[in-house]
Amino acid sequence: MRSKVVLARLVRNRQARYGSIALLLLVLLAYVGPFFGQYEWTDKDFMAFLSPPSADHWWGTTTIGQDMYAITLRGMQKSIIIGLLTALIATTLAAIVGAFAGYFGGWVDRVLMWGVDLLLVLPSFLIIAIVSPRLKNASWLWFVVLLAVFAWMITSRVVRSMTLSLREREYVQAARYMGIPQWKIIFRHVVPNLSSLLIIDATLNVSGAVIGEAALSFFGFGIQPPDVSLGTLIAEGARNATGYPWLFVFPSGMLVALVLSINLIGDGLRDALDPGSNT
Amino acid sequence: MLGVAFVKGVNRSPVQCDRRVMGKYLLRRLAMNAVLVAIAASLAYMLAATTMNPRASYEGRQPPVPEAVIDATLDAYNLNDKTPVFERYVTWASGVVTGDFGKTWNGASVNDEMGRRIGVSLRLLLIGTILGFAIGVILGAYSAVKQYKIQDRIIGVSSFVVMAVPVFVLATLLAIATYNLNRGLGFTLIEYTGEYNPRLSGWDQFLNRLNHLILPTISLSVGSIAFYSRIQRNMMLDVLGQDFVRTAMAKGLRRRTALFKHALRTALIPSATYFAFALGTVFVGAIFTEKIFAWHGMGAWLVDAINQNDVNSVAAVSLFTAACILLAAFMSDLLVAALDPRVRVS
Repeated sequence: MRSKVVLARLVRNRQARYGSIALLLLVLLAYVGPFFGQYEWTDKDFMAFLSPPSADHWWGTTTIGQDMYAITLRGMQKSIIIGLLTALIATTLAAIVGAFAGYFGGWVDRVLMWGVDLLLVLPSFLIIAIVSPRLKNASWLWFVVLLAVFAWMITSRVVRSMTLSLREREYVQAARYMGIPQWKIIFRHVVPNLSSLLIIDATLNVSGAVIGEAALSFFGFGIQPPDVSLGTLIAEGARNATGYPWLFVFPSGMLVALVLSINLIGDGLRDALDPGSNT
Repeated sequence: MLGVAFVKGVNRSPVQCDRRVMGKYLLRRLAMNAVLVAIAASLAYMLAATTMNPRASYEGRQPPVPEAVIDATLDAYNLNDKTPVFERYVTWASGVVTGDFGKTWNGASVNDEMGRRIGVSLRLLLIGTILGFAIGVILGAYSAVKQYKIQDRIIGVSSFVVMAVPVFVLATLLAIATYNLNRGLGFTLIEYTGEYNPRLSGWDQFLNRLNHLILPTISLSVGSIAFYSRIQRNMMLDVLGQDFVRTAMAKGLRRRTALFKHALRTALIPSATYFAFALGTVFVGAIFTEKIFAWHGMGAWLVDAINQNDVNSVAAVSLFTAACILLAAFMSDLLVAALDPRVRVS
């Protein structure tokens, strides 16, 4: 059984093991941690502005008296969800567009790949930066969609070129002669055979999206207040980082830990799923 | 399939023939790229012109400006939202075709601003980009030669960690550390903001410029060092096991010569591709570094222009970026052809 082999390899892989443990702990911290803190993330302690970490406020407080521990964990929840959703959408898009372009060829291929080229040339930073502050009243899910729309193109090119060779395999030919509809062949026979590539890609997309969200929020182009994410917290902390380091250290430490653990898993997955590759 | 003209000792005539075909191919690609740039820039202009509101910068003034005056000013800059978007676009596009990018939101010339900012970005990024590539390649190749030894492990783990640190976190950390260092010393050892001190002149100013470059260069190059070292290590390992390297050593070359002349050159191809790409995008790749260390280059301009509703500047930066990216892709193709004797153009 292939899945068993892969799983065994994954467990034996040291990087993947450490990465998964770290990620599990971070997710636990983000979702269970708030129940142990003494403050809600919406609370403001008017007796403690900008107080350093102490027994009362574990990670210190902000300029308006919010508890850093509570608000950082809240930001982490948002960053994790944004990362997961963006990766899911981006990888799905990449798989569908790439597989359709490669399978059908001809004008479908040309139109789709031309769209991919165009999206690659479009200034994604600019578009997200202009559009997302204008979504202030809309849901943050639109921001996820924006992030995902600019994250799938290169993978879809890889998927396309792999589909080109899959299309000629016997089982695909057989399915075609049996009269199975084309879209069904794509989802039943082509996409599942690309799963290792897609799983690795999705994992690395998660960390890419987490960083992307933080980068845009750093300039105020991402998640809009009063909502918080790791990016908005880091931006806020960076302004006062010299005098009040705890505002910067905790959110950026969490961001780095999160990205590092996801990248470790991605690397381990690559070793387990695709032993031939070494990138 | 074409053998490319860079192989030494090939007959003259087929080479010339290949050159002509390849020239045609390159020309066609350049034309395609020009179309893509035009589309990208037009879309960026449309997006900026329909969503941004330059009027707001004039309306909020004290004492209030009469509406007729605002309209006249905005008309002069081709920014008036009362003119249909399409009309403004035509005015803008016909200016761009003749090399005039229009006016900024307060009437300055976009061309002048762009010229100045390109200079700043170039001075900031050139050293960092080259250093990042050179050090990264050396570390990666070294790491491959020492595979599984302690040096390899250290380089691998640290590049993995560095790649998880976003540049805005790294730059801020560097700024904090320098601030504390300077305060501890009681004088400014390393500058952490701006490009130079305008009060100095001559040799002093040159040294002062170099001092201002230290932190941005570190924050720019650390990430690329990690990136290149990983690529280079993998490629080098691939190449080290191949026949031509063994042959080179078997024919009596010293190990060092074989590694440098045969292995490294072939293994450089992917890194060089990325490097050509990075050189092309040098002008816009450093939004964070420029903003955090207060250099007024192209990247910082984009952020400022978005915040100031400066439609024409946003469009100019987008056009410039798209042109740079496509030119960079083009350059990296050429470089691959130059480095790899086996390359084929289809």
